[in-house]
Amino acid sequence: MHDGPAFPLDPGAAISIRGLVKRYGDFAAVDGLDLDIRRGEIFALLGPNGAGKTTTVEICEGYRSRDAGDVRVLGEDPADGARSWKAQLGIVLQSGAGDSQLTAREMLTAQASYYADPRDPDEVLELVGLTEKAGVRGKSLSGGQRRRLDVALGIVGRPTLLFLDEPTTGFDPEARRQFWSLIRSLRELGTTMLLTTHYLDEAEALADRVGVITRGRLVEVAVPSLLGGRESAPAVVSWTEDGARRTEATATPTALLRTLSARFPGEVPDLAVARPTLEDVYLQMIGETR
Amino acid sequence: MTTPMTTPVATKPLPSLPAVYRSRASVELKEFFRQRESVVFTLMLPVLLLVVFGAVLDFDLGNDVPFIQYFMAGIIAAGILGASLQNMAISIATERSDGTLKSLAGTPMPKSAYFVGKVVQVLAVTLAIIVILLLIGVAFYGIDLPSGADWLTFAWVAGLGAAGCTLLGIALSSLAKNGRSASATVTPFALLLQFISGVFFQFSEIPTWMQTFAAFFPLKWMAQGLRSVFLPDVMAASEPAGTWELGRTALVLGAWCIAGLLLCVATFRWQDRGSR
Repeated sequence: MHDGPAFPLDPGAAISIRGLVKRYGDFAAVDGLDLDIRRGEIFALLGPNGAGKTTTVEICEGYRSRDAGDVRVLGEDPADGARSWKAQLGIVLQSGAGDSQLTAREMLTAQASYYADPRDPDEVLELVGLTEKAGVRGKSLSGGQRRRLDVALGIVGRPTLLFLDEPTTGFDPEARRQFWSLIRSLRELGTTMLLTTHYLDEAEALADRVGVITRGRLVEVAVPSLLGGRESAPAVVSWTEDGARRTEATATPTALLRTLSARFPGEVPDLAVARPTLEDVYLQMIGETR
Repeated sequence: MTTPMTTPVATKPLPSLPAVYRSRASVELKEFFRQRESVVFTLMLPVLLLVVFGAVLDFDLGNDVPFIQYFMAGIIAAGILGASLQNMAISIATERSDGTLKSLAGTPMPKSAYFVGKVVQVLAVTLAIIVILLLIGVAFYGIDLPSGADWLTFAWVAGLGAAGCTLLGIALSSLAKNGRSASATVTPFALLLQFISGVFFQFSEIPTWMQTFAAFFPLKWMAQGLRSVFLPDVMAASEPAGTWELGRTALVLGAWCIAGLLLCVATFRWQDRGSR
């Protein structure tokens, strides 16, 4: 990563961070973090709980102060974010907002009234799949519906940059798939997104690049398929032979398969070839830095 | 990395302040009047108390003044306290702990709009309480309505009292961890004030040291100011000073407005403690 002398902030980036430090007492929640997020990309920040993901994101959103380092979000320092700057952001907080006596549509209409060029609330309800719940009060929505409403509230202002802090917590698999297609359609519209998630499949499905953060530092940034040298990691071939399960890690799985197919007259019993998943690579990475 | 990419600033201007104020006012009115707990607790409780006290305590205070006429002033003052101080302390503490405030702080909503919305809510609830109490008082208990300049006194005592209590309630919300703890501390305190400020009992029958304690807080002055509206002037003789003390009432309530405002500015937080 960005070792060596400090280099300048990237003014063209959606988010540019240099040497970010945030301490709580003696504990450095963020400890010298550098990061550039390009305009138009979806960037996923991965890391265990307490690694500094939310702290970093909330500094970028203007919620938290920093102890050292430089941050520019859409060209401005979040610490003095004006109304016009906030108008370009969409924020989906990890905690969401509270219960409300307002209906989903009323909440969206109110939220839209703070922005210069908002999306149509009904359109946004359609996008997040809540059209049928438009007239239901916020407090009566289920956890997953409430989370989708949080996302709707985040995008109704037509943001240039959208922060999504663990947006799909509490979603069932179908809702998660719907959410993914929503995120992809927002990308088509040019929205930059900073996503934090615990779901590695989500990061792989959505992100252009992922960054792994542990102990307040970014340990690697890569496209999902290349993270942790994943593309050159050995494949694991497994099969059953003489009644026992055999596995072999190899850099040349095809050669091994040829040997196997020569050894067995028909099908190789229970044959499986596995590449390390993003999760395997990720768990290895955060394990090393523990 | 040479020339900064121009930020695609929205070509349309941000919404005007009045537009956002209207939007927030509408949100706050819906939030209050749709919530059964707040409507029952803040709006209906004073009404119930009026009905019960009016039916039970049917005696004369002398000078042909029934107790209910005295109680009318007190229960209106207590209603205003509930609509402003208790309502603000509890609702804002709730909105702070459940993330509503934090979410709002992340939008381009002008910060003032939040407070304008709250003020509109307090005004609407206060007016509703006063109107309902007066209607019931006149219809069932033969309350004599104020006349002439008394209405003016009514308006400024209620207005100044509500303003001071609103500001104090906003300030108190910052002390509580969440809505429930705000309710647990503010509600007993408000009840205590009601007992010693001349709401349920005649102020002149309360021990002097309690009177002195009550005089530090707005409720005593609101009740006293409203008694000047609802009682004949001959009754002023039974007040501690022997007069209605309207000048001092204005001073104390005004001082609470200033103190409340300073406390708000010093203590208001858009996020829970410990999340900076």
